[in-house]
Amino acid sequence: MSVREYLRERFMPHLWCPGCGHGIIMNNLIRAIESLGIKKNDIVMVTGIGCSSRISGYLDFHTLHTLHGRALAFATGVKLARPELKIIVPMGDGDAIAIGGNHFIHAARRNIDITAIIMNNRVYGMTGGQFSPLSGYGTLATTAPYGNIYEAFDTVELARGAGASFVARTTTYHVRSMKEIIEKAIMHKGFSVVEILSQCPTYFGRKNKRGDAVEMLKYLKESTAPIGSERKRKNPALIERGIFVEEDRPEYCAEYEKIVEKAQKG
Amino acid sequence: MSKKTLFLQGNEACVEGALYAGLDFFAGYPITPSTEIAEMLSMRLPKKGGKFIQMEDEIASMCAIIGASLTGHKSMTATSGPGFSLKQEAIGYAVMAEVPCVVVDVQRGGPSTGMPTKVSQGDVMQTRWGTHGDHAIITLTASNHQDLFAITVEAFNLSETYRTPVILLLDEVIAHMREKLVIPEKGEIPLVERLWTSVKEGTDYHPYLPREDGRLPMSDFGGVHRYNVTGLVHDMWGFPSEDPRIAYGLMRHLVDKIEGHVKEMTHVKEYYLDDADVVLISYGSSARSALHLVENRRARGERLGLLELQTLWPFPAEAVRKSCERAEYVIVVEMNMGQVTEEVRKVVHDHETVFLANRIDGTFISPTDIRNILRVVQGKGV
Repeated sequence: MSVREYLRERFMPHLWCPGCGHGIIMNNLIRAIESLGIKKNDIVMVTGIGCSSRISGYLDFHTLHTLHGRALAFATGVKLARPELKIIVPMGDGDAIAIGGNHFIHAARRNIDITAIIMNNRVYGMTGGQFSPLSGYGTLATTAPYGNIYEAFDTVELARGAGASFVARTTTYHVRSMKEIIEKAIMHKGFSVVEILSQCPTYFGRKNKRGDAVEMLKYLKESTAPIGSERKRKNPALIERGIFVEEDRPEYCAEYEKIVEKAQKG
Repeated sequence: MSKKTLFLQGNEACVEGALYAGLDFFAGYPITPSTEIAEMLSMRLPKKGGKFIQMEDEIASMCAIIGASLTGHKSMTATSGPGFSLKQEAIGYAVMAEVPCVVVDVQRGGPSTGMPTKVSQGDVMQTRWGTHGDHAIITLTASNHQDLFAITVEAFNLSETYRTPVILLLDEVIAHMREKLVIPEKGEIPLVERLWTSVKEGTDYHPYLPREDGRLPMSDFGGVHRYNVTGLVHDMWGFPSEDPRIAYGLMRHLVDKIEGHVKEMTHVKEYYLDDADVVLISYGSSARSALHLVENRRARGERLGLLELQTLWPFPAEAVRKSCERAEYVIVVEMNMGQVTEEVRKVVHDHETVFLANRIDGTFISPTDIRNILRVVQGKGV
């Protein structure tokens, strides 16, 4: 199937700004699904609110565009009701980790078979550039004109600590590995988290003098290194990318089926 | 064969009604005084292969039942005041995206944490206007377990018919009181199943294009038709739109499909209204005390009557107006500061004939409480 067949082309051009990283993520997500050969009818995409959430409108799956932060809660209802469906939940950093933080950690703890993709551009873009829980100390934002005094969450550690059985990180620069990681995440039986560092030249970039999209992509290349690599050893400040957790653990819907068996026996 | 007769709590009667109606997905979060509903369903749903999930919070529970309902399952959640407040944004989503579901709110003393184990009827207006924006809503209630069973079934029926969330508004007294319930035979109360689309796979399906009668046939989410569901103003395919004509059409549709069917949604019970010159209006547990007083006074030759409301929203204005036509006094009996009283005043011929008999201290209103107020209204002194 051609990549275009996954798009709802009548909504093109999309609303993302020139240089935004979200299109790169959408592209690789489609390519991952295409190479896995999953039928469009078998995929439910659930999103929340923000720039990232608009991805569901552009893709020709069953698409559920919900409330800010609540995508995983809606997705949990869909998945438990129809466990045979593949559920993919792309979220922004504020959507997933601030307002949706509670749902995020509990979805991870539940290890329900949902793929969460966190499109982390370190800013609330849709509302015009406020700091998010992933902006980081010292960054500038429209609501941090004197500098942000919050430390950022480490999404990978948060997901791992909460019990996600698949946790990975990549960037919009590393498109080849991004596609492979998304494929593995979708096929993983359990809650899978892929954090994708993305660029927002319009708000985060401009406010923090990070240059244009190309400059920001270069930064994503230079500021990250593969897990356990030589570069990381020499420069501990680099952000690791790759697959951090990949474990076979009891999945929620499968466990629930056992409850049904137990109840019906009794 | 004799029918199954049970002696149980109102919360349990609600569960029995929901299961009879075909509930097969419940998501909830513990909160007094509704917790027994979740506890019972965690036991009962797996037995029939249904789904029970305790979510991380009230918001998530509401969102989960919306997701489940879209896939074709009759879904419900249950909560009380503080949890009901938390669910409001998602209730608005269900209104906007036209997702059938039932939300039980067992009222307790409020505002805020209030009096968790005490009775109140302070959420009437929150069921109406709790979520933001113009919209219409259906709210049902009942005063005894047999009625509660039937009205729970009706909540599912209306929800499926009109593709809308229905609020089942109970109170702490009804929820925890125990009395008899006779389970109706299968088929005794008709069940409404969802209207599914007849559009074939591969043909363009319009999830938000109402038929001439205003109803929208559904297609199970995750099934053969791929479409979009959103809380944004949307066109007939479910895609966001800012076209003023589409926005206007959608707003009218959402309100008219409910406000235009008040008659079909009106459930009231009338007691001794034919010759009543004092009409009591009540609902939920306080209607029990009102009925007790009416029957007690009737025995003494006083012409009291009772209109018991089971539909609170859309407000049964015509039924109220008609019942109050001949009344010298109308006494609204409720455990709040006059939420239904004000609605009654809006619709009766002379609003000065309408008085409130209430309690707002967490104590169940008694027939004596109502009688005392009635005597003051009639100028007889306490």
